[in-house]
Amino acid sequence: MNIEELKKIREKMQKEIDLRSGEKAIKVVIGMGTCGIAAGARPVMAAIKDELSRKNAESVTVTQSGCAGFCEQEPLIDVFLPGEKKVTYGKVNPDKARRIVQEHILGGKVVNEFVFAQEK
Amino acid sequence: MLELSLHILDIVQNSLAAQASQVEIRIREDLGKDLLTLEVEDNGRGMSPELTRRVTDPFYTSRTTREVGLGLSLLKLAAERCGGRLEVRSQEGKGTKISATFGLDHFDRAPLGDMGETLAVLICGNPGVNFLYEHGVDGQTYRLATREMREILGPVSLDEPSVHDFIRQDVQQGLKKIKAASFPKIMEVLR
Repeated sequence: MNIEELKKIREKMQKEIDLRSGEKAIKVVIGMGTCGIAAGARPVMAAIKDELSRKNAESVTVTQSGCAGFCEQEPLIDVFLPGEKKVTYGKVNPDKARRIVQEHILGGKVVNEFVFAQEK
Repeated sequence: MLELSLHILDIVQNSLAAQASQVEIRIREDLGKDLLTLEVEDNGRGMSPELTRRVTDPFYTSRTTREVGLGLSLLKLAAERCGGRLEVRSQEGKGTKISATFGLDHFDRAPLGDMGETLAVLICGNPGVNFLYEHGVDGQTYRLATREMREILGPVSLDEPSVHDFIRQDVQQGLKKIKAASFPKIMEVLR
């Protein structure tokens, strides 16, 4: 483990955390059950994290959930924007995930062509 | 699953579902014995002997949403396919230890894959859990422990994106280093 590198992260992040309001309102949940993992959820999560940090949107919470029962639609991701209904995207791949980050999570516009289900 | 690291990501979810606060992942690659050993040990709530026996049966699951559970069955298949086996030891209230062996050079052994990404996803997704990862290749060992990371990071949480990147890269580089160091041994075995 490279301890020096980790110390640098601490110094850098400590300053940034102080600046943040502390509220993480936007949430993305990725299905990480056996079905999700087998269908490619891990690279989807990596793409989402990467896209968020490239856009300096590190205050978005990215979490995992288990199998939702729609294994054939995996990888599934849920997007929660403050004050809006949950949107679930199905059969997501890293490219689709990057578009969802840009257009929906950061842009506020649902990417209708990838939607599997939308809360009414 | 295409990679052993995806199996690991998958079966550690069982440990987390069993409310483990400590998960130890150990991998050893022994070139001389042509053996890869994988261990996942947790201090979760454990299972009864009856459950431990049935847990690799694909038609058993602790879930109530449906009647199949494939995680451990798939790992068992992956091990047996290349001359290895899967063992599950568990004690109620104490924890569970999964051990799998694989023929290291067996044609059907899935590659290890991206352990860096697997650990980053596990650690950042569960910042409150203590993870220990030890990977040995013929005497050379790479080690990552969240307990030590937390001491250095102080108030900075393990779920920060820059920590995710750190874990991914540190594991990838660390594994590359121990593999390179064991290279003379590989040559010896080949000879």
